[in-house]
Amino acid sequence: MAEGAADHPPTSTGVDNWKLGFWTFIGSECLFFGTLISAYMVYRGTAVVGPFPEDIWNIPLTTLSTSTLLFSSLAMVLALDGVQRGAKKFALSWLAVVIAMGGTFLAIEAYEYSHFISEGLTLTSSTFGSSYYVLTGTHKVHVFVGMIWMAALWWMIYRDKIPPKGALKVEIAGIYWHFVDIIWIVIFSLVYLIS
Amino acid sequence: MSVQIENDPDTHAEETGIWSWITTVDHKRIALMYFATSLIFFLIAGAQAILIRIQLFRPANDFLSAEVYNEFFTMHGTSMIFLVAMPMAVAFFNFVVPLQIGARDVAFPRLNALSYWIYLLGGLYLTSSFFFGAAPDRAWTGYANLTLPQFSPGLNMDFWLIGLSIVGISSIMGGVNFITTIINMRAPGMKLMRMPLFTWMTLVTSFLLVTAVPIISVALIFLGFDRIFGAAFFDPARGGDPVFWQHLFWLFGHPEVYILILPAFGAISDIIPTFSKKPLFGYPIVVYAGILIGFIGWGVWSHHMFTVGLGPFADSFFIAATMIIAIPTGVKIFNWLGTMWGGSIRFTTAMLFSVGLLAVFTIGGLSGIMHASAPVNLQQHDTYFVVAHFHYVIVGGTMMGLWAALYYWFPKAIGRYLDETLGKWHFWTTLIGLNLTFFPMHFAGLYGMPRRIFTYPEGLGLEIWNQLSTVGAVIFGLSGLIMTWNVIQSYRKGERAPADPWGASSLEWALPSPPHHYNFPNIPTVRSREPLWDEEERREVEGVTMAPPKAEPHMPNPSYWPFLLAASITLSWALVMTGIWWVIALGMIPTATCVFMWAFEPAFPEGAEH
Amino acid sequence: MQNLSYETERDSEGGRGVFSRLVGALLLLATALFLTACEESYPQSTISPHTDFAEIIHGLYVNIFWWTMFVLGVVWILLAWVVVRYREREGDEHPRQIRGHMGLEIGWTTGPALIVLAIAIPSIQAVFATQRPISDDALLVEVTGHQFWWEFHYPEEGVTTANELYLPADRSVSLRLGSADVIHSFWVPKLGGKRDVNPVVAVREPDGEPEYNWLYFTPFETGVFLGQCAEFCGDSHALMRMRVVVQEEDEFEDWIERWHVPSPTAAPPEAEGEAEEEDEVPETGPAADLDQEVDAGAAEAPAPDPEQVSLGRDIFLHQSTCVACHAIQGTTAQGRIGPDLTRFGERMTVGAGLLDNDRENLVRWISDPESIKPGVLMPGVDRPGGNWPPTNLTEEQVEAVAAYLLSLR
Repeated sequence: MAEGAADHPPTSTGVDNWKLGFWTFIGSECLFFGTLISAYMVYRGTAVVGPFPEDIWNIPLTTLSTSTLLFSSLAMVLALDGVQRGAKKFALSWLAVVIAMGGTFLAIEAYEYSHFISEGLTLTSSTFGSSYYVLTGTHKVHVFVGMIWMAALWWMIYRDKIPPKGALKVEIAGIYWHFVDIIWIVIFSLVYLIS
Repeated sequence: MSVQIENDPDTHAEETGIWSWITTVDHKRIALMYFATSLIFFLIAGAQAILIRIQLFRPANDFLSAEVYNEFFTMHGTSMIFLVAMPMAVAFFNFVVPLQIGARDVAFPRLNALSYWIYLLGGLYLTSSFFFGAAPDRAWTGYANLTLPQFSPGLNMDFWLIGLSIVGISSIMGGVNFITTIINMRAPGMKLMRMPLFTWMTLVTSFLLVTAVPIISVALIFLGFDRIFGAAFFDPARGGDPVFWQHLFWLFGHPEVYILILPAFGAISDIIPTFSKKPLFGYPIVVYAGILIGFIGWGVWSHHMFTVGLGPFADSFFIAATMIIAIPTGVKIFNWLGTMWGGSIRFTTAMLFSVGLLAVFTIGGLSGIMHASAPVNLQQHDTYFVVAHFHYVIVGGTMMGLWAALYYWFPKAIGRYLDETLGKWHFWTTLIGLNLTFFPMHFAGLYGMPRRIFTYPEGLGLEIWNQLSTVGAVIFGLSGLIMTWNVIQSYRKGERAPADPWGASSLEWALPSPPHHYNFPNIPTVRSREPLWDEEERREVEGVTMAPPKAEPHMPNPSYWPFLLAASITLSWALVMTGIWWVIALGMIPTATCVFMWAFEPAFPEGAEH
Repeated sequence: MQNLSYETERDSEGGRGVFSRLVGALLLLATALFLTACEESYPQSTISPHTDFAEIIHGLYVNIFWWTMFVLGVVWILLAWVVVRYREREGDEHPRQIRGHMGLEIGWTTGPALIVLAIAIPSIQAVFATQRPISDDALLVEVTGHQFWWEFHYPEEGVTTANELYLPADRSVSLRLGSADVIHSFWVPKLGGKRDVNPVVAVREPDGEPEYNWLYFTPFETGVFLGQCAEFCGDSHALMRMRVVVQEEDEFEDWIERWHVPSPTAAPPEAEGEAEEEDEVPETGPAADLDQEVDAGAAEAPAPDPEQVSLGRDIFLHQSTCVACHAIQGTTAQGRIGPDLTRFGERMTVGAGLLDNDRENLVRWISDPESIKPGVLMPGVDRPGGNWPPTNLTEEQVEAVAAYLLSLR
């Protein structure tokens, strides 16, 4: 895992290369999502034909999916704690909860998509549709990638491939998961709540 | 542990054969591949430029048709920026940075190889469009809504947007890698404010890369959704705003300008002190000026859009921001002059190119001040005056700086000098060629020649300027051939170079030329900005860098996964062109597989992991 | 290594001469810029202002030009001095290791900052001065960019024309810019700076207002001014040209008036009794004189063969797809997709400023516009254009249509 760090310890800052590199990548991702969210904001109110946001939002439902994702972050923290303590069963259970909650989030969102499509909001219908689907779709892809990542980690922990001192692998996955979570909070606030 | 480095003089070829190059994760070899690839793209895009110039030699010429001309100027611009200037700078980042900071490799060697392979395959994919008769033809800026399928049917712009997306992935990875390397892998004592300027500017450029490239990626995703899946982002009929594309493009595009120029500034900030035999004048100021340029570079994008009609308040803001950025640039130039002042200047080819940069880039900088004034810009925007301006900046700045870097670091990389006589020829043909090509363009622009036109009528008074430009372009083309010949000849049988051929000050010159594959047998400790210019410190540093390693250096394993992953990423993206959901989804499978295989492959030999 | 540095020095010796000569040549060229600025051999010159708008820009340009020349001079003189004075000589001592000087740093930061201020302030003033309507009674023209031609509509006068914009001298003009397809840019250098012609973005009914770009200026000289599209707009971007004819106020009024009177040959004689009489009478009077003045570049009107004209009219109005796109005042042709062809015979050019408007060129154009202007939406005799099938006209029919169009004077 500690690629490059092999015989160059300690690093100049004392932070592991992987961690620093990954945070840099997260910074890049912030710009990526920042641009997607800005595009949505710029296009707010420019849709020529409906349905318009106020016609179709179902805030209680989306609140439910948001809180699912929010709580999955807590599960992620617990899972990491388990790996660091060497509590295998504890870690495996909470990691499973993370995956399950991510799945629940995607399921609710999939239902929301199908509902919107039946209301006539599609990728091609208006700038609202385009910017909404591309923004949230990109986020869902991130959640999905995160779930696969977690599943791989689950398997590795199950096979005893991640000892407590290898917890960095889980920690970095955790950074990713929290990031995806926080981005959703931002999307939920800016896209759904401020209408 | 027994170590034999004395018997290992030609270290960068301790393994040979094509397989060793495909699987290499050595930053020095990757640097060579980056350079060779960008040189080939340089020759291709340069040939396009010559053909463009032949078409413009006479009014109402029919050497090229409108369609072919549009393909050539689009691919010339796109290739020169994304496939030549940026990766050629990255070649030097790769070679120089780990050596300058006292590291054995970059932070993520396999990721580094991946960046290269993605760049190569993305570039090949983009260029292959010519063989499908569908080369991009809507300018390197790809302005919507002209690029929507309604106005640009065919695969041309699909090649463009997917090709750029692929190359963009490589840039972001490179940025992440170099930021981590520079922040985290410095030798003991190598404080930030002791780093050579080239490393500093690599750091600033890397930050710009990881922040700017995501924006163009999003813009390309929007355009891709519009073109391939019929989304409404840039379709005015559905409320989409084509001007929004311009904002996204230039929000990336202006930092991109500094991504192009800062490495060149960094290189000559190392070269000028070496050949003046004086430390860099005002080191901290030059560093801060570079950082400041990187920062302000974010607030000036709309000076590319003064004609768009953003209103007087936006125009005024961007006038002010753009003018402000001229100040740190000027400060850099004066500091370089200050460095040379009182020195004892040795005019090697590297130094000639550096001085040439100072003289020629200044013209480009000052014409930039002219069209930073929005009202003046209304006349000069999208004319040959602007074409002259940015060629002065990119050729007179970036390329001159990169050629200087080439002559300077070639002996370190290859162990042989580039031929200085050919070098002088290269320099003078470049200087004359580029001025003869681009200076008359100012006049063509002032007399009303818009850019991106495949022909112009008689009687506008544009003939003479275009003829001069064409002659200049041929000379400039010649200079490129001289340089290529010089590189090939000197690589094979150039004069052998010692460890420190120029009497330079930074760490890389304390290593044999070429360096060992593990760079530093032992990591030196640094005590000043110019470790090799202090007698005592030099002895100390060379005491460890010229000695056999105390312990076997653990270098990363070679790996073929970077190449395979790059190939599968390129394939996955190329399949997006089909526009069929399930094909695209299936196309992601090889990428996912490679990521998994990569993740489970040990990066270091067994036992080295800890 | 020793050897190398020796060579280097000798070479640079020779090089410096060339370098300084080059510097001199460049400076000379820069001066030439101003000497040639006013010459009339540059009809599309950006430094030959003919409106208030263009003059403000030009004044600013000259101002900045001298500032930049000053800075360039300082940098180059310093550079030349450094390169000559401090080159390596035999017996040089190792230079003093100077690391910087705070006073100098402050100096060369504030100096350029002041220059930049001296440039930025008048620039911002000019921005505000040029981006507002000049007067309330300005002539309003709605400019519409098309791939690859210009449409000019005078809403208050009810006039529509293409590629040749008529304006009165000494009266303020407000151009409202909008595009029917992609982004274009309206640019007539002698009349001032360019402004993008953006597609009109659809807005949500009923309260949305579409947005347009505007250009404001007052031409103060009569004449014909050349311009062209300045934003890459597709295959034939280079061929999207235009002319602006600035006339005295009364001539302009005449032009407007004449537009509303159908050309004598426009409609078939049976359709409109009045037109029949005029058909017999060759054009005379002030209008014809005006033609001569304006149509300096256009060919003499050929004596129209009435039979051919009448055949051409029949084809244009009834036996082809022409009228689907084109309009001719006083006839049933009211297409709005292509250029309005009213009084086409008076136009200077055909194909948006591309070719002289004479019979030969017009026949070429009607037969195969694609070969002249790639990507054009007009179909040719046996080539489709845009969504339109080939017209399948015979050579004779094409000649007749050309004769008809040229008769529209």
